[in-house]
Amino acid sequence: MSIKAEPAVASPPAASTPGTGTYASQLIAAWRVISRNRLALLGGFVILVGVFTAIFAPLLATHDPYEIDIVNRLRGPGPGHWLGTDVLGRDTFSRLVYGARTAFQVAIGAVALGAIAGIPLGAIAGFYGRRVDAIVMRFMDSVLAFPGQLLAIALVAALGGGLISLYIAIGVSSIPQYARIVRGVVLSQKEREYVEAARMVGESNLRVLFGEILPNCVAPIIVTLSFDFAHAILIESSLSFLGLGFPPPTASWGLMLKEISPFLELQPLSALFPGLTIAIMILGFNLFGDGLRDLFDPRHYEI
Amino acid sequence: MIASYVVQRLFQLVPVLFLVSIGIFLIIQLIPGDPVMVMLGATPETSGNINRQQYEELRHQLGFDQPLPIRYLNWVSKVVRGDLGMSLKSRRPVLETLLERYPATIFLAITALIGAVIVAVPAGIIAAVRQNTWVDYLAMGFSLWGVAMPNFWLALMLIVLFSINLGWLPSIGYTSPLVQPVDFLRHAFMPAIVLGASTSAHLTRYLRAEMLEQLSQDYVRAARARGLPPLVVIVKHAAKNSLLAVVTVVGLQTARLLGGSAIVETIFSWPGVASLLLEGIYARDYPIVQGAVLILALTYVFINLVVDVAYKFLDPRVRLE
Repeated sequence: MSIKAEPAVASPPAASTPGTGTYASQLIAAWRVISRNRLALLGGFVILVGVFTAIFAPLLATHDPYEIDIVNRLRGPGPGHWLGTDVLGRDTFSRLVYGARTAFQVAIGAVALGAIAGIPLGAIAGFYGRRVDAIVMRFMDSVLAFPGQLLAIALVAALGGGLISLYIAIGVSSIPQYARIVRGVVLSQKEREYVEAARMVGESNLRVLFGEILPNCVAPIIVTLSFDFAHAILIESSLSFLGLGFPPPTASWGLMLKEISPFLELQPLSALFPGLTIAIMILGFNLFGDGLRDLFDPRHYEI
Repeated sequence: MIASYVVQRLFQLVPVLFLVSIGIFLIIQLIPGDPVMVMLGATPETSGNINRQQYEELRHQLGFDQPLPIRYLNWVSKVVRGDLGMSLKSRRPVLETLLERYPATIFLAITALIGAVIVAVPAGIIAAVRQNTWVDYLAMGFSLWGVAMPNFWLALMLIVLFSINLGWLPSIGYTSPLVQPVDFLRHAFMPAIVLGASTSAHLTRYLRAEMLEQLSQDYVRAARARGLPPLVVIVKHAAKNSLLAVVTVVGLQTARLLGGSAIVETIFSWPGVASLLLEGIYARDYPIVQGAVLILALTYVFINLVVDVAYKFLDPRVRLE
């Protein structure tokens, strides 16, 4: 299945009146469109809260997330511990707050790796065509031959734990996404007149590709980034849940669920909050991505 | 026509399968440090205690005494002949173990898929027909939440509800559907819900969009104008034409089903190849890891082929790129 090659969609529809659009007015127009989409706003708000929590974790946490207090283990929510405690008596709320750091730390690296590797690959494949295209895209197909979660598990198994392994394990599976999107846009743009014009002026291939054509990919890439963040957070927590992510006692949402799972009978509420946190964070990125896509390309609908 | 399409499609697969085989071969080669030591369970501190003879044997068995390209060729030629090596743990042929556990994975994936379709098809259709009513919002809410919810968490919540609180369903175990179908369903109920939830959510959403598109088409209006009952117009006209959407999504979702099965099978102690993969990882039994990844990737590639062919069959306009 190939990604539809959409024409240039960088400018928001409301700001497309020719001649009047300064950058600032385009931004304002874009804000007007997106502010009407309440779900997208909600998504943006969730993301902001997540980022804020990750940055200011030490100020927000009510307890030391690593402090063990066996006497108060597996407590339910209460005044001392807002969301209760885990099997070692550590404060669930504080561990969730620090877990945001872990989640974002991994997601940022993994998403960056996917985008930084995928964008140039797709651009080169689309621009040079023929054999280069065939070789690059067969590579992408072979990455896609592994279901994403499985690829991450297999890579972690091979590379071992640690931050860099997690970046690679999670990032590799999203490389083809970026490559396909950028390739599609480049294919649709490279025969356009403005590209011809740039060539006539004597611009080099690289300048034409990165200076003239690639700016058209910004909108679809931003949309993909949002969904990719959701995907990265999900995979990180899945790997941690399987014991393949960070080692204990790291505060990671997936690891928290793994640690509580043998004690579900004693304190089912302890498993409720980490899962809800992961789901809300992923929902936030998905809603925001949906909103951005509607903003950039109102005709598109979700596969 | 269809036959030549299948042949073309198979040819396209050759380079992909070649690269996939390299990837799986590299799983062992990528292990940091000395892979043989790692597989023997030695850390750098304890490596002195390893039996020298045992070390050399394993090193030879895995072909580490030969250069990389030769090692790859040897490995591939064995794999093609069905020799996936021996499990380091159980000392049994990997292929034998894989074949033993493969049916459980497939039965679970099929059950999850059927469940997902049974929920999603009416949900998607009704949501579109009753657009912007509470039914629609409910279906869309379910769809957004189903995609966002991590499957391992859903699994834990279902276990708390159905196994711990109500005591209705077993949280572990498996019987073959070919032997005891009812018992199979009892065991597969929760794993199938967990595995199928996000597929069902995606399908609902996509089907709703597709139905809305179809319902606004002229042929639907014409059918209505002819005085056909609303149900006939919805089911026989619009829904029938949205079928292609179902096929597309099912194809795309196979990745999710097979990838998700690793976690689901592990949580519910489901004896499939995906949980075997994790057992292999935990035990550093790399031949098992390679075998399990291989069989899952091949399954995925094969299903995609079938979906593409089905697609071609349903919509003759599809052309090979």
